[in-house]
Amino acid sequence: MIVPYSHVIVLSGILFLMGMFCTVVRRNLIMVLLGLEIMLNAAAVAFVGASLRWQLMDGQALVIFIIAVAATEVSVGLAMVVAAYRQTGSVDPALLEGKETSG
Amino acid sequence: MTVQGILFYLLATVIVLSTGMAITRRNLAHAVVYLVISFFGSALLFYLLGAPLLAALEVIIYAGAIMILFLFVVMMIRLEKPETPLFPTRQMIPALVSAAVFVVTGALLLTTSVPAQEAWLESAVATPSAFGRFLFTKYWLAIEIASLLLLVALMGALHIGKERPQPKEPAP
Repeated sequence: MIVPYSHVIVLSGILFLMGMFCTVVRRNLIMVLLGLEIMLNAAAVAFVGASLRWQLMDGQALVIFIIAVAATEVSVGLAMVVAAYRQTGSVDPALLEGKETSG
Repeated sequence: MTVQGILFYLLATVIVLSTGMAITRRNLAHAVVYLVISFFGSALLFYLLGAPLLAALEVIIYAGAIMILFLFVVMMIRLEKPETPLFPTRQMIPALVSAAVFVVTGALLLTTSVPAQEAWLESAVATPSAFGRFLFTKYWLAIEIASLLLLVALMGALHIGKERPQPKEPAP
């Protein structure tokens, strides 16, 4: 007996909300990527809780794939941030509008 | 309340507070370090919820590899001026609207499907060996696809991050 399942879902929801806020509001591409990481982590927390709720290991298997996707996304995303910084000298998404990045 | 319940609420408080600190920092390095604390809390939460292998992976991959990658890029990029203001009004409105939609939907889901939500979590542990055996018997194809995805990401990051000589003069 740990806690009711709904409390895990509420924790995951709060984390997801924080990540979404960080992604939408901050004007810095690195903080946008950090917000995406927070959201993926919130999904992982929900999956582990559900895995324990129904006593099935499938939820934990999905968390493995979430971690793989997070690693993929962050490596490609940070490479794009560095490329955009080289082109424009800034990581403000508002300053990147309309600027064509070659390559 | 059991000891595990107290641990859960303690960990939840640490995770939410450190994430909240992370998303409101101006200094990017501070934000990354707060997020590392948050991911350590998540790893302990995974351990509490009976996933020791995932707890280890969370520490190694999330708090270790991904956050160090962020730190590298933060140190590589020199920011001339900090963001001012931190939460501009123009972006606050869509954020508040989507947050309101999210909260209302979540509250409706939590209050309508009561029997599924009210169940108490019984503690159980998926040992790493049992979990690995399960993963490589039922999800072996998905594991292969995930490894292919990582390979593609490696090639994509190499291609995007490659320095190109800027064309100095137009070709004659």
